[in-house]
Amino acid sequence: MESTTTPAGTVTDPIQAMIHRLLLTLGPILIALIIAGLILIAIGVNPLEYYGYVIKRGLLSPTGVQQTLTRMAPMLFIAAGLIVAFRAGIWNLGVDGQFLLGAVASAASAPLLAAVMPSWLALIIAFSLATTVAMAWSLLPALLKAYHGVNEIITTLMMTFLGVSLANVMVKLVFLDPGTTVPQTRTLPVEDRMFRLFDTTISSGLLLGLVAIIAVHLMMTRTAFGLKLRVVGANPRAAVHSGLGVPSLTIAVFAISAALAGLAGAVDILGVQGNVRADWNPAYGLAVIPAVFLARLNGFASIGFVFLLSVLSIGGESAARRIGVPTTFTLVLIAIVLIVLAIAEYADHRYQNARRT
Amino acid sequence: MGSLFSEVFLGALLFGAVAAAVPLLLAGLGEQISEKSGILNIGIEGMMIAGAYFGFLVAYSSGSLWLGFLGGALAGGIVASVMAILCVRLGLNQIVIGIGLTLGLEGLTALLHHVQFSRTYPRLPAADVLAIPLLSDIPVLGPALFRHHLIVYLAVALVFVMIYVYRRTQLGLNLQAAGDKPAALDVAGVDVVRTRTVAVLSTGALAGIGGAYLANIGAGIFVPFITNGAGFLGIVLAMLARGRPVWVLLGALLFGISLSLTTALQVAGINIPTDVIQMIPFLAVMIMLVAFGRRSSLPAALGIPYERGAR
Repeated sequence: MESTTTPAGTVTDPIQAMIHRLLLTLGPILIALIIAGLILIAIGVNPLEYYGYVIKRGLLSPTGVQQTLTRMAPMLFIAAGLIVAFRAGIWNLGVDGQFLLGAVASAASAPLLAAVMPSWLALIIAFSLATTVAMAWSLLPALLKAYHGVNEIITTLMMTFLGVSLANVMVKLVFLDPGTTVPQTRTLPVEDRMFRLFDTTISSGLLLGLVAIIAVHLMMTRTAFGLKLRVVGANPRAAVHSGLGVPSLTIAVFAISAALAGLAGAVDILGVQGNVRADWNPAYGLAVIPAVFLARLNGFASIGFVFLLSVLSIGGESAARRIGVPTTFTLVLIAIVLIVLAIAEYADHRYQNARRT
Repeated sequence: MGSLFSEVFLGALLFGAVAAAVPLLLAGLGEQISEKSGILNIGIEGMMIAGAYFGFLVAYSSGSLWLGFLGGALAGGIVASVMAILCVRLGLNQIVIGIGLTLGLEGLTALLHHVQFSRTYPRLPAADVLAIPLLSDIPVLGPALFRHHLIVYLAVALVFVMIYVYRRTQLGLNLQAAGDKPAALDVAGVDVVRTRTVAVLSTGALAGIGGAYLANIGAGIFVPFITNGAGFLGIVLAMLARGRPVWVLLGALLFGISLSLTTALQVAGINIPTDVIQMIPFLAVMIMLVAFGRRSSLPAALGIPYERGAR
């Protein structure tokens, strides 16, 4: 079906290229829905009923779509952080640890601060704390990578395991809410949380997330700094020869990437959750990492993928309550979507190459 | 505190360390094979959970642990074959597919478990142990180290098999070349895709057995998400070991000790949140990395799909 939209020589036509990409995205998603539907049939659920419900709850119902848009905020920040890192050739696989520590830092500080100062100031301080903590958490992998060449996949994975445990220790032992027996931090009162957009329940975190990811996209594609980072990512040796300070750029990449992951934690806590419960770990990073790759590290395309992930997870959560399909099915669905999209991308690439030669 | 160094405590600690180390050892050795051949196998967590689920299912319905391990290896191998087709043959992005497989299998196994057992968690009988004559009579150490299921000894023996394979066999050299300079291997007349496929499938089988061990012997039950990052730990171990199987064994034991420390401390009546203990091995490794921070020597072509004639 792509062939009709890309006659020879007009591949660069922006509108046709956009239609082409749209088909290349929607087609595989449809195929993935069919494959996942077979699994639903196998476990005795009517796929049409399930999908209908997911779309209704995740996309069409007013409360559902508001939840979906709100859920996007932390994932947009994480995607932004990943784009900076991956474009610079840094495999920051530790976003989940950075996210969680940012979340705990903001949850621990905001309720105490909000009690003694105006809530806008409390939120700003909580945001900066989350950023600082997450950046600090990435410092060790950054230094090891920059000055000793220690592979960052190992160090960031280990720091994320450490970070998740540390976050739990902090919640259970240090920042425990004395007012309740449930192991969780103090709760930020709803009126002190980030404001909501207009008359909806959509958190203003969504706007911040959109600003963050677009800013990152422009920084990487339109500024000299972004170009330097891309050179480091494409060919570190060439970057050294052209006089770029690779170690300091590496540290900067880690800092920006981790800061954005920490902000993701802060918007989730200060906008939505209000507190951190013990053992809470949404592990957004695991789903967002493949998504930004499929978006070819493009900020705008990532927004689309994050929206899709968000619809599926919100719709899936409602369907779990109403139709009795466990939320784990959402994981299966997301995985199939990711894999089929990757295969379609490959097939299209082969097809284009074959045409050119 | 007096009981901290009692025989019971030490015995429980060491026994638990070995038991906790085995799945990590199998995953680490498996991941090492893939990485040697140039494939960063991030799907190993998915292969482990597939092995854990299917291995448990087979062992539960057949009553045989060995059939369970076979089932685990098979399930891990099937997941690995998907990875082999997509990432080795077609050259798709290894991180996208790897994480995709992990997410999908974590979800799928939880879903299947839910459909099959609903909220019940049937338990397997305790595995019979093989006591090694004489050695198992050593006080404290004997029962802790030499009274395990046969698979534990086989897993340790595998370390030495792998050393032999890497050093002395054609396959070992091929694997190394596929990771370091695939084009040279191709010129030498060896099929790079086939070599890497063999590597990925072996990883899947080993990870599957590791998962089956985790469910059938380690826990005796299958619960959703039972692997809980063991596969990712395998990746860390394989990368830290820089291609040497013995280092995977040492790393797995280090992580095993701290995992079992939690249970052992509870036996000794000391209550520390598990999270604190779980941080120890990571801290230890990070400190080691900071102290000896050397360049990691990873295969040159790691993560790069091989395409004949591409520059």
